[in-house]
Amino acid sequence: MKSSLQKFKESYFLYSFKQDKVAMASFIAIVIFIILAITAPWIAPMDPYDANNIDIMNSEIPPSWNEGGEKSFPLGTDNMGRDMLSTMLYGLRTSIMIGIGAVSLQAFIGIFMGLSAGYLGGKTDAILMRIADIQFSFPYLMLAILVGAIFQIIFGIGRYEQLAVPLLILIIGFAEWPMYARTIRASVMREKNKEYVEAAKVIGLSKSVIMVRHVLPNSLTSLMVISTIQIANAVMSEAALSFLGLGMPVTMPSLGSLIRSGFDYIFSGSWWITVFPGVLLILFVLSINLLGDWLRDVLNPKLYKG
Amino acid sequence: MSTPILTIDNVVKHFDITGGFLDQIRFKNGKFKLEKTTVKAVNNVSLSINQGETLSVVGESGCGKSTLARVVMGLYAPNSGQILYSGKRIDNLSHKEMLPFRKKMQMIFQDPYASLNPRKTVQRTLEEPLRFHNPKMSSKKIYDKIEEIMEQVGVDPAWAKRFPHEFSGGQRQRISIARGLILDPELIVADEPVSALDVSIQAQILNLLMETGKKRRLTYLFITHDLSVVQHISTNVAVMYLGNLCELADSGTLFENPRHPYTKALLSAIPKIGETSEKHIKLKGEVPTPIHLPSGCVFHDRCVHANERCVNQIPELLTLDNGTCVACHAVEENRVIS
Repeated sequence: MKSSLQKFKESYFLYSFKQDKVAMASFIAIVIFIILAITAPWIAPMDPYDANNIDIMNSEIPPSWNEGGEKSFPLGTDNMGRDMLSTMLYGLRTSIMIGIGAVSLQAFIGIFMGLSAGYLGGKTDAILMRIADIQFSFPYLMLAILVGAIFQIIFGIGRYEQLAVPLLILIIGFAEWPMYARTIRASVMREKNKEYVEAAKVIGLSKSVIMVRHVLPNSLTSLMVISTIQIANAVMSEAALSFLGLGMPVTMPSLGSLIRSGFDYIFSGSWWITVFPGVLLILFVLSINLLGDWLRDVLNPKLYKG
Repeated sequence: MSTPILTIDNVVKHFDITGGFLDQIRFKNGKFKLEKTTVKAVNNVSLSINQGETLSVVGESGCGKSTLARVVMGLYAPNSGQILYSGKRIDNLSHKEMLPFRKKMQMIFQDPYASLNPRKTVQRTLEEPLRFHNPKMSSKKIYDKIEEIMEQVGVDPAWAKRFPHEFSGGQRQRISIARGLILDPELIVADEPVSALDVSIQAQILNLLMETGKKRRLTYLFITHDLSVVQHISTNVAVMYLGNLCELADSGTLFENPRHPYTKALLSAIPKIGETSEKHIKLKGEVPTPIHLPSGCVFHDRCVHANERCVNQIPELLTLDNGTCVACHAVEENRVIS
C-alpha cells in the first residue's frame, strides 16, 4: 500500500513538472510573490496606509541608485511621498486578494450554473446558458462604472475606501462567471453520458448527489486549468479598473491604481512610479499564465490519461 | 404458473432527435410545418422472465436491445407500455417509490473502462450503494461485506484501496459485477457484459456470472450480440431486429429449429469448424434506419419470403405448437419450408 505522498512522488504530474523549466520557474515566482504579499506588513520598510508615516516632502524621490536617491527608499517614492517598495508590496497583496476573491466567486456561481445546465440539460440548460450569454454580452467596464458610481454615491467616498475590495470582488466575480459555467458545462456534458453515471442512477442516487459526487470530481481538471488563467485575468481586470479610477482608491493603492497615479508624472521624469508596479504586475500575470499553460498541457486527457 | 419476476409489456421507446425549434421547421407543399424526427428504438416488445431463469436478448447493433435494458432499469421512461416487477408496475414510479426496487434489480455495464468512476477507489465504489440503501449499517459490517463480495468475484480484497485504472479490463468487470451484487439483488440486467473483453477473459467472466447466478438464484436479463455465448447460458432467447421482437424460444429449440427468416440468417452466420461459407444465408440490402421504419413487417425488404401482406401488415407474435413465439406472416401461412 503506497501512501499518497509516495504516489505523488511517482506521478506523471510531478515528473513533467520537473522536466519543464518554465513551469518550475513560474511556480517558484508565484510562490515568492504570494509569500511577499502575505508577509507585506512585516517585511515592508514602512506602512503606506498610515498617514503618520508619510511626509509629502519625500515625494518623487528617484530610486536609490539614481542621482538624488535615498538609501531609505530603495525604489524611490511616489507622488505622495510613500516608499515605492512598501506600496508595491501592499498593492500586490490587494491585487492578489481581489484576484483570488473574484475567482472564488466566479467559481462558485460558475460551477453551480454550469453543473446544473450541463447535467439537467433541456430547458434548464437553455435558460441558464442564455443568462450567461446575456452576462457575457455586457461590457464589464460599463457594469463596473455603473456599480462603482452608485456605490460611491450611496456610501460616500469615505466609506468607499473600506468597501472597495469587496466591491471589486463582486464586480469582477459577476462579470466573468460565464467563463466557468461554459467550461464546466462542456466537461459535464462529456461526463454525464458515461456508464458510471448510469451505474450511479441504477443505485438510485439522487440527481444532486450524482452531480456533486460523481460528475463534478471528474470535471476538476478543466476547473484547475481555467482557475489559474482566471486569476491572472481577474488581477488584470482589477488593474484596468483601478487604472481608470474605478478600482482601489489612491489611499489604499493596488498595483493598478499605483500605475495610474504615476501616469500623471511620467513625462515630468518620475518614471519609477509607473514602471515598477507595471513590471511587477506583468511578472505576476505572466508567471500565472505560464503555469496555467503547462497545467493545460499536462492535464490534457488526449496527451496523457491520468 | 407463478407470476414472472419481470414482465415487459408492449414497451415502446422512441427518441426525439430533433434539435431546437428552428430544426423542426420543414417546408412542404407550400406550407411551413413543424416536424419531429424520432428514432424508433424499441417498438411493442413484450417479454417475461421467471425467477431463476436467464433470458438473452440478441440482435445486431442498433436493434434496440441496450435501450430495452435501460428501459427495464428505469434509466429511460418508456413512451408506452409497462414494466412489471413481480406483478407490480414500476415504470411510472417516482424516484422515492422506485428505491426498494433498485435494491432488487441491478445492472452490469458493457464497458468496464467507463462504468467505474475513475476518481473513486474500489472500496468507495462498492461502499456507496451499501451506505445509501442501508444508512444504519455499521462501518465494520460494510467493510466485511465488501471483503466478502470482492472475494466472491475473484478480486483480492487487499486491493480495495486502489483506483480503477490500476486494474485490467477483466478485473474491472469483476469489480463492476461486485457492485451489481453487493445489494443482493434478485434480477441482474447485463448489457453486453463481455463484449468489451478479450476472448480469454470472456469465458472467465461468463463462468463467474453463471456460478454466482446459481449460488444466489439470480435471474438474468442478458443483452448480447454474441450468439455462441447465448447458447451456453440462456434458458430463453429473444431475437430482436430493428426494435421489434422477431422470435422468442427456449435456447435449445431456437438453435435447433429457428423459425423466423431473420433468426435463420443470423444463426447461419455463426462460424463452424470445417464448414464453408456457402451455407450462409445472405441477406440483401442493409438494415434500414430506425428513423423511417419500413411499413408492415420491418424485415420485409430483406426477406426472401416477403409478399404483399408483409409489406402492409405488421405481424403479431404467434405461439407455435413447440412453444416458439414468432412474428412472421410467412411462418403463419407455412410459406417457409424449414
